Amino acid sequence: MRRFKVFKNLVGDSIDIITHGSKKYHLWMAFLTFVMLVGMYCYSIQLDEGLSVTGMTDRVSWGLYISNFTFLVGVAAAAVMLVMPTYVLKDIDFKQAVLIGEGIAVAALIMCLAFVVADMGGPSVLWHLIPGIGVFNFPNSMLTWDVLVLNGYLFLNITIPFYILFKHYQGKKAKTSIYLPGALISVFWAVAIHLVTAFLYQGLQARPFWNNALLGPRFLASAFAAGPALIIIVLAVIRTYTKFKIEDKTLKKLAMVVTVAAQINLIMLISELFKEFYAPTHHSESAYYLFFGLEGKTALLPWIWTSIGLNVLATIMLTFHKLRNNFRILFFCCFILFVAIWIEKGFGLIVPGFIPGPYGKIAEYTPTGIEIGVTLGIWAMGAFVFSILARTAIKIETGELRYKKK
Amino acid sequence: MSNKEKKWFSLNLKNEKKSGGCGCGKTTGSCDSNTKELKRKDGVDQVFDLKMDRRSAFKKLTASLLIGAGAVSTSCSVFSDEKSKEKAQIDWEEQFKGNYKLMTDEEKSATVDRLVRSYQLRTGKTINMSSKNAEKDVLFGYAFNISKCQGYMDCVNACVEENNQDRKSQMQYIRIHEMKDGKGFNFNDADDNYYHEVPAEGHFYMGTQCFHCDNPPCVEVCPVQATWREEDGLVVVDYDWCVGCRYCMAACPYDGRRFNWSKPEIPENEINKNQHYLGNRLRKKGVMEKCTFCVQRSRNGKNPACVEACPTGSRIFGNLLDPNSTIRWVLENKKVFRLKEDLGTEPKFWYFMD
Repeated sequence: MRRFKVFKNLVGDSIDIITHGSKKYHLWMAFLTFVMLVGMYCYSIQLDEGLSVTGMTDRVSWGLYISNFTFLVGVAAAAVMLVMPTYVLKDIDFKQAVLIGEGIAVAALIMCLAFVVADMGGPSVLWHLIPGIGVFNFPNSMLTWDVLVLNGYLFLNITIPFYILFKHYQGKKAKTSIYLPGALISVFWAVAIHLVTAFLYQGLQARPFWNNALLGPRFLASAFAAGPALIIIVLAVIRTYTKFKIEDKTLKKLAMVVTVAAQINLIMLISELFKEFYAPTHHSESAYYLFFGLEGKTALLPWIWTSIGLNVLATIMLTFHKLRNNFRILFFCCFILFVAIWIEKGFGLIVPGFIPGPYGKIAEYTPTGIEIGVTLGIWAMGAFVFSILARTAIKIETGELRYKKK
Repeated sequence: MSNKEKKWFSLNLKNEKKSGGCGCGKTTGSCDSNTKELKRKDGVDQVFDLKMDRRSAFKKLTASLLIGAGAVSTSCSVFSDEKSKEKAQIDWEEQFKGNYKLMTDEEKSATVDRLVRSYQLRTGKTINMSSKNAEKDVLFGYAFNISKCQGYMDCVNACVEENNQDRKSQMQYIRIHEMKDGKGFNFNDADDNYYHEVPAEGHFYMGTQCFHCDNPPCVEVCPVQATWREEDGLVVVDYDWCVGCRYCMAACPYDGRRFNWSKPEIPENEINKNQHYLGNRLRKKGVMEKCTFCVQRSRNGKNPACVEACPTGSRIFGNLLDPNSTIRWVLENKKVFRLKEDLGTEPKFWYFMD
């Protein structure tokens, strides 16, 4: 019973903490709330009129929502880059950062689920997808695998940090024997969520652009570049605005992870480009559309070339120790790398899968304002969730928030 | 695919084995798995069927829920009449019904009755909806004569009218590709959206629609089994079970599926009232639909609307298991081919030329 009391106290204290703060904090949260409300308004229009308010059609049937979903799965998976050294390899450097990483994973997963729900034609019958109540087409459909791994990963990433924070809140030490098995599982689980999401596309013989053995590994490489890049930026912000101590060493180690992943990602990109353009076949048309356009349809050209430019620039700059160890340059590199991979693993991956269509029809896709509104709303929701989680976690970790300490 | 001696009529082999045997290993005598198979459940209890007591418990729970819903609707609607109460009751039961694929025949006819009654309550008009199952020893197949097709598109119009497709978005199951002579089957250069007099000089025409694959990728990927292959080879969708994720659309190599991006609109006087649950009944927004070889017609021994409407006779439909059918004659005497055979989807839609 004591536990419930402590839990009640924790919830009360954290609500207290997340509703009080500096002017900047309040402005930030108000801004996010506003964007979320706009997103909700856009979604209400979509619910009312159907998905016809989006830019999606029978020709390009997945768009911005699924693109962002795919990218965010990668961000969530990247939390493992912090978990593994901290819990398993007992690397002290990452210890403070790991809770932040897991917070990002939780926020990213909630956004993933929100994007999937936003993409559904019939959200009112979504219970058909709940194992045990609906009809779950497992193991045939990769989407059911994805439902399982994403929710499982969400569970792991909520429970492990919660246990640690709950103990710290009471001024106790978290027992390694309790959270280490979970942490170990989550390491493998993180690889699984991204691989399964890649298999979602990779398994479709109808879409040669996706039906490619490199898709899964490349997902992992780009995720382990974009995810830690985001974590570096977030840590930098937290370091500036809170008392939470994050050492330079932590950021430098993370930067190393980003660099290696970005380099591997670039090698795989070259391999992919070689395959598509050295001996182009009928199946290379989607790649042609993406990089050069087909029949004068060139909507994705500026995006993908921006992405490649930023990707190459960031990777080269990160490769040099001198540049990487300069924090200003590092943060800039992380930012452009994040944007580059958002384009590349987002609509740079999803949209060309549908173009040209099964019979060669080239119909382009442009997201509508409502679609963009919903997307921004979901991103704001992710940032909102993360802000709440991080704020509580930081207060507990810095010792400001303790049970029965008034 | 592993069967090297596989011929077109052996398409069904895999399936027949499945329905003949029971997977228990016994080849003779009887086993329990077949009898267990017979007991199918409706609604949420389809999956709560682990034990009888659990199932009946859930039945009771559902019943009490229904009574509760009825009570709520009664108490909340002082001014409403019997009709709106009935409507609310039907809506409630429809919202929480099970997957059609797993329903018993009684449950199938119950949901069909509800839908017919609901339509009557809403519009005052009576429709005729069937839940007719696949017949034994029937496997539907289709053949398309490229030499004969002139691109008149009568098939497209007949299909739209027969199958109650959305008029606003001009949804069409069939696409007619206008191809240039001397370029072979070059879909890239073909035009599937032409508006001019046909047959155009120097062109030929080729129609595509859902090919009702024997190994359909769309069925595999559906997360909720809202689409499946019926015993007679038709690939169908339960519009009420579909969650609208459009994974099947991404998985289809033949552009065979259509999505209701908004609420389908059909003028009341143009609605085809002769319907089938799996076929041309009215759809709602946010669900997938597709060609069903006009299940409401084909299961009653008629040709699909496109076959009947074609003025050139380039469309042939029939039972692949009937040795005297026209489709069998075509397959045996013409040089037939199928599209994208390398994908292993085994379409039941053949093309040929005179």
